[in-house]
Amino acid sequence: MEFFSHQTNFQFMATRKVWFGLSIVLMLASFALLITRGLNLAIDFTGGVTAQATFPVTADLSAVRSQIAAAGFRDAVVENFGSSRAIAIRLPPEPKQTSAELRDRLQRALQKVNAGATVQSLSVVGPQVGSELKKSAMWALTFTLLFIFLYIAWRFHTWRLSLGAILAVLHDPILVLGFFALTQISFDLNVVAAVLAVIGYSLNDTVVVFDRIRERFEGNRRLAANVVLDQAINQTLSRTIMTKVVTSIVVVALLVLGGPVLRGFSAALLIGILAGTYSSIYISSAIALECGLTAEHLFPSARKAAVDELP
Amino acid sequence: MLEYARWKYILIAAVLAVGLLFALPNVFGEAPALQLAHADHSAVTAAEAHDVSAFLQQEKVPFRGAYVQNGRLIVRFADVPDQLRGHDAINGKFAKKYISALTLVPRTPAWLRGLGLKPMPLGLDLSGGLDLLYEVDIKSAVRQILQTYTQDASRALAEAKVPVANVTDVATGGSTLPNTIQITLGPQASLSAAEHAIADPLRGLTLTTSAEPGGAVIQATLPADKIRARENYAIEQNISILRNRVNQLGVSEPIVQRQGNNRIDVQLPGIQNMAEVKHLLGQTASLEFHLNDVVNDALEAQQTGNVPLGDKLYTDTWNGMPILLKREVIATGDQLTDATVGESTQGPAVNVTLDSRAGENMLRTTKANVGKPMGVVLITKHSVTKELDGQKVTKEVTTEKVINDATIDGVFSDRFQITGLTLADAQDLAILLRSGSFVTPINLVEERVIGPSLGRENIRMGIAALVIGMAGVLVFMALYYKVFGLVADAVLVANVVLLTALLSMMHASLSLPGIAGIILTVGIAVDANVLIYERIREELRKGVSPQAAIRAGFEKAFSAIADSNVTTGIAGLVLWIFGTGAIRGFAVVLVLGIATSMFTSLMGSRALVTLMYGGRRKLARLHI
Repeated sequence: MEFFSHQTNFQFMATRKVWFGLSIVLMLASFALLITRGLNLAIDFTGGVTAQATFPVTADLSAVRSQIAAAGFRDAVVENFGSSRAIAIRLPPEPKQTSAELRDRLQRALQKVNAGATVQSLSVVGPQVGSELKKSAMWALTFTLLFIFLYIAWRFHTWRLSLGAILAVLHDPILVLGFFALTQISFDLNVVAAVLAVIGYSLNDTVVVFDRIRERFEGNRRLAANVVLDQAINQTLSRTIMTKVVTSIVVVALLVLGGPVLRGFSAALLIGILAGTYSSIYISSAIALECGLTAEHLFPSARKAAVDELP
Repeated sequence: MLEYARWKYILIAAVLAVGLLFALPNVFGEAPALQLAHADHSAVTAAEAHDVSAFLQQEKVPFRGAYVQNGRLIVRFADVPDQLRGHDAINGKFAKKYISALTLVPRTPAWLRGLGLKPMPLGLDLSGGLDLLYEVDIKSAVRQILQTYTQDASRALAEAKVPVANVTDVATGGSTLPNTIQITLGPQASLSAAEHAIADPLRGLTLTTSAEPGGAVIQATLPADKIRARENYAIEQNISILRNRVNQLGVSEPIVQRQGNNRIDVQLPGIQNMAEVKHLLGQTASLEFHLNDVVNDALEAQQTGNVPLGDKLYTDTWNGMPILLKREVIATGDQLTDATVGESTQGPAVNVTLDSRAGENMLRTTKANVGKPMGVVLITKHSVTKELDGQKVTKEVTTEKVINDATIDGVFSDRFQITGLTLADAQDLAILLRSGSFVTPINLVEERVIGPSLGRENIRMGIAALVIGMAGVLVFMALYYKVFGLVADAVLVANVVLLTALLSMMHASLSLPGIAGIILTVGIAVDANVLIYERIREELRKGVSPQAAIRAGFEKAFSAIADSNVTTGIAGLVLWIFGTGAIRGFAVVLVLGIATSMFTSLMGSRALVTLMYGGRRKLARLHI
């Protein structure tokens, strides 16, 4: 079986302005959505309410869940709490209500399940992602981008490819965030992990194309950069798409079969993989071309040798 | 002819064998269990184990077995509801006898356990875990610093011969906590002389003076930013101490973070073993060095109940004899920078190092008191939660124990030795001293055993989805690349096995971000194979002979695989170093996964292909 029997020959570089435009529009739309709608942040980030309650008999968790939902609490998480007669309830923050009012509402809801139910304690949880975590995440991102920039610049002898890789890497998570702002799917720490995975995928793809660019230039340094870039992308196209198809099999299985909690996580991965495939085909190399990439940048020694040959 | 070095085959086989062995414990899963321990750490006997089993049988709580491990009784259950029923039953009957804790024990067979092999634990989000919330006793942190200033000021005033009527701590400026030292001078005292004397020891404090009929009053107030800095210091130091203790537990992906103004949140994924954790983390200790009262008799004070003014009676001591110590503190635990076991001319000793401020104090004290004894008090605080009439009541228990009482042999300052100990005593004392160097007491204010936020069903669905997805990948690869697809499948499976083995070796918990990492790794491993096979197809299209195409495919794909994986690996390493919690859990899997996928795709895949096609003289076509 083979999907790509014939070598494709798409003109990616000739139409790059169109793709830049599309990316800019998509990113602006993402920013606009992030500003206007914002992310539907989960308890992980916003903090929330936790309550503990006890029952005289073993607590019926599904009945508790339905009663709490009926009382108007959204996104409540109900779990056993150290014993089969105790439960813990987590709720998103309810800024308009005092803790006493919340407690009464919960108490009434629980007593519909069992008259002997009592809310033992209720506490408001501060944001889990403390400033410590945020700070270290910012540092991590900054250093990641810096080291990738330096590594690609070192391996490929040019900052032009580095810049293309970094911009493509930033491009994909922005679209994922935009998607989460649009759909209002709950954005939790697991989605953050998925976004990180997206960055990894996108990077992987981009560097494979770069590797082929280097190889093409090595074969013929006189060729025009846009021709070489098109060749490199076309020659790696079957691999780029094949890899994505195969990975998507796992992600789609997770999306369909993984249950509601994994939905946000797998949606982020799927959108990210789509965006990553797009950006490594249409964007990263095109940025390098815009920066004036030529064979000489990749093979600086060749440039020197050429000078030496002159009388 | 394709060739591949024999040592590479041997290496691959060896790595796979070790990988399989280490990955094996994960097949068996974990069972919910109860852990019963005696409060005094004495070992649970077989007879006691039998009693508990008999009781559970009588109560008709089904359980899978009860055995003693490391002096603790482990009772295994088939599922969580049984475990909770067992917990309730045992707490009802044996609450006084055992500290019981919900835990998970691996179902690993005994022979694997004997080899020290363990499965990778599940993270807080998959299996639940322990969530502890501590409150830092900020009040005592500020009190401590005020006390130090009070002592310094009193000493300076005494040296300057300024009569002082009274020194107290007061709260000023709307503060709810004492934040000011109030010095009332004697009626004849010179205010300017007093101000001159305290200028140096109280530098940085805001001084206000007022002339009162009884004598001038000086108020020295700690500026708000100084109090805040002290509080932050107390919290940061506690966070780092807790982090170290958590690391001793061998938990991966623990989260120790500040929560709000004065609280510290500790999340221990996969751990439901409250007994051990609470003992290790919940204990807070501080130290105080006091001079002995050599004039009054401690036994008499104990019998009559008349403790001399300025003294404190300690009945809990290392030798069981009561001791009277002066109330004045020479040095405190947070001024102790190190305590290690060492050697002296009189045998084993504990080498103690204090900070410079305590050193100065110690120098002054020892100068005046050579030949007199000095006691070390360890103040331990822990919270005890008891159920009274269905209500949980938390009580704080403070114990003060004199752990050492030694004669001052000479004048010393910030470095000295405590001698006259056996080696075991010295080791114990050094540990006690170090544990007492805790900066500020912390109290456990909330503890939670977290059931999985995903719910058991969701985990099952998640794992099922992952397995079905993997199966889909394997089938697709086999269809698309035929024989080579099967090679890729073998490589993919080997990759997951090796990754599992590495994670198990490191005992890293598997959390949802970790599963994301595994999916990414599967993608990367697929990618490496696709790169190689697409390259081989390309070569074949050029009309190259099959074996040359294989060689070229592996060689030309190498730089692409290496560069793309190193780049992703850099991202993973940085996230590993800088990230915390979820991010770190992801990064660990990613970095290890890149290493295993490089190994399996480049070496394993090549070895298999060479084994299959390498020996054939005439290879007409490849099934790719």
